[in-house]
Amino acid sequence: MIGNLGKSLAAAALLSFAGTGAMAQDSIKMGALATLEGAFTVLGEDSMRGVKLALEEFGYSAGGKKIELITGSSDASPDSAIRATRKLVEQDGVQILVGPLSGSEGLAVKDYAKTQPDVTFLNGSSAAQDTTLRSPADNFFRFSTEGAQWMAGLGEYVYNDKGYRSVAVLAEDYSFPYTQVFGFLEPFCRLGGSAPVDARFWVPIGNKDYSSVIAALPDDVDAIYVALGGADAVNFLTQYEQAGGELPLIGGSITVDQTVLGSKGRTRDFIIGTPSAGPVSDTWDDPRWNKFVAAYKKQFPDGFPSPSLFAHAYYINTKAALLALNEVNGDLSDGGKKYREALSSLEFETPTGKVHLDERRQAVADIFLTEVIEGPDGNLVNKTVKVIPQVNQTLGVSYDKFLEYGQVGRENPPCN
Amino acid sequence: MRSFVERHTFWAIVIFLAAAVFLWMIFAVWPDWLISAIGRKKTFVNTFFNGVTLGGLYFLVASGFTLVFGLMRNVNLAHGSMYLLGAYIGYEVAEASGSWFFGLLVAFLAIAVSGILLQVLIFRRMEGDDLRQTLVTIGISIIAADLMLAIWTGTTYQFQPPEWLFGATQLPIISVVKSSGAAVYIKYPIYRLAVLVAAVAVGIGLWLFLNRTRIGMMIRAGVNDRQMLAASGVNVQLVFALVFAIGAGLAGFAGVVGGTALSIAPGEDIRYLLASLIVVIVGGLGSVTGAAIGALLVGLAEQFGLAYFPTYGVVLTFLIMVVVLAVRPQGIMGGR
Repeated sequence: MIGNLGKSLAAAALLSFAGTGAMAQDSIKMGALATLEGAFTVLGEDSMRGVKLALEEFGYSAGGKKIELITGSSDASPDSAIRATRKLVEQDGVQILVGPLSGSEGLAVKDYAKTQPDVTFLNGSSAAQDTTLRSPADNFFRFSTEGAQWMAGLGEYVYNDKGYRSVAVLAEDYSFPYTQVFGFLEPFCRLGGSAPVDARFWVPIGNKDYSSVIAALPDDVDAIYVALGGADAVNFLTQYEQAGGELPLIGGSITVDQTVLGSKGRTRDFIIGTPSAGPVSDTWDDPRWNKFVAAYKKQFPDGFPSPSLFAHAYYINTKAALLALNEVNGDLSDGGKKYREALSSLEFETPTGKVHLDERRQAVADIFLTEVIEGPDGNLVNKTVKVIPQVNQTLGVSYDKFLEYGQVGRENPPCN
Repeated sequence: MRSFVERHTFWAIVIFLAAAVFLWMIFAVWPDWLISAIGRKKTFVNTFFNGVTLGGLYFLVASGFTLVFGLMRNVNLAHGSMYLLGAYIGYEVAEASGSWFFGLLVAFLAIAVSGILLQVLIFRRMEGDDLRQTLVTIGISIIAADLMLAIWTGTTYQFQPPEWLFGATQLPIISVVKSSGAAVYIKYPIYRLAVLVAAVAVGIGLWLFLNRTRIGMMIRAGVNDRQMLAASGVNVQLVFALVFAIGAGLAGFAGVVGGTALSIAPGEDIRYLLASLIVVIVGGLGSVTGAAIGALLVGLAEQFGLAYFPTYGVVLTFLIMVVVLAVRPQGIMGGR
């Protein structure tokens, strides 16, 4: 009985091996991982649109091979991302993986990547700093920019042009908002602004009820810097308006993104004029961007009025994966070594300008300084105030000098 | 009341003093030493009101849960799904008809009907088999969550409450007196006060229904002894269906009320199921009064945690549960 079972198991294993062997001839398995559960569900859905947009553009084939897409879902927690990644890599056998979406997930997947040297990992939209800054993985590539880069120019802008001198901070309590807060406060505080540590509020992801945090926000600051995402941001904005909040806001990259501005319900007039910065700007008048928006709208009529930064980041990373596949003619037989060399030296035009990688495989790209306005058909969109060209991860200073700023966290920079 | 004072004079004095200090903290203008010790009065008073109104919301959800358990010994783990389904149905109806109140009514009725269907079609088939019923409800909640995700996607929805319920109002409580002598009053969202009023109204309504009507009498008799009630000629199945309808309907009602106060998104079902479970474990399974006390405690703990130590606030709720389970495992108002 047991012998029989063993035989049939062996036969099944052989069969499945034969199966993958035959497949490897003419198709390549690509995994896509995003948050299709939890507080960031909407963000994950738009990410998948970005992946499909890029694949559609290449007709689901690259380097002469068919691309087979396998999707995975996490809930923004690192362990769920690892579970989904392991499933994609170890069970489905993907050779290229695009993802994950959220900051701490990215840190976890980067560490996992070190244990799978033959699989090539491309970031989704995760934007924590240390994914590529400290002890990066050789096979993890990030063609999208990260949280601190996204804030380029915002600190200077609100200090000089808006005249804000002191801000309170409200953000989710994990690596991506730490990175964003750092990226915003670093220039803001260097200019002389203040954001005392006891006026920084860190809430868990998925928090619904912000009324008590709102009550605890100080009145004697010029503005509130808010770095919340998805449902969390929608909840905060509504409750802040309901509570009669009057302070102006400064938005993190995903706080006044289309995933929030495009949500169903009350239009939030009071956030018109909120400055922010990030890798995309809804109204950027450039043929490359307009073409991207048109393709997005055509393929996904039920998507957002304008692609979110998540669709954008996943699109860019997927496109990079496909372009490099073209370059090596779809040859991954050496465990992807040649393929990764091609990725490292890849430089291409994205809907938001040129992108290339630094020596730690982190993207250098343009960043947009934006302000929320009401669009022509009543939708809220981000207007381009300024484009900051080719922002690198160390924000202009040398790598060693940048490391001296210390790891991002709740109290970095101290800024009193 | 008098007998309590006579029997426990010491505790009566302690409770009286605590209440007096508390009232003073709410109404008096805080001296500087107090502000430097625990922060501004505005934070404290707002957090207190937030806790009470959130407790009201939890009570709306948990009262139905505890009612169903009390009578049928059925731990309905699909209760959270009913909350979320009610919210979505209410949203669709309110959008289509333009009336928030109509959405509220339809959500209540639709979920009440779904509760009856669940009871008649599923739970009656496995009566007396508690474990099976519980496992089936878990299955239903998982399937329902995916179906709702397929229909309404992962987008966050928000209701548009009637204009007069939106915005903030001034409470007759002074926050600080400015140096110019002008008093600054505390502002509070009107809608959250309305949630509290609704919760209190539902609580009183349930109490009257259970204690002052014939059907309520039957329900209470059923809680004490089902067999005896059936033997005395009452159609127990009808009573069961009615209680399930009320319990489920309240979840749907709470869905719209809660979805307006906060928002509706996938995952809310689990959140409210968890909240209801903690509330009834703290308050005592099957007791409506217990649900009220439990909801108040959990709501206050959550809000004070969030305002005063946000990073570790979540622990506070579970701490309450641990203490109750250690000291009084049957819950604060739990009988058996």
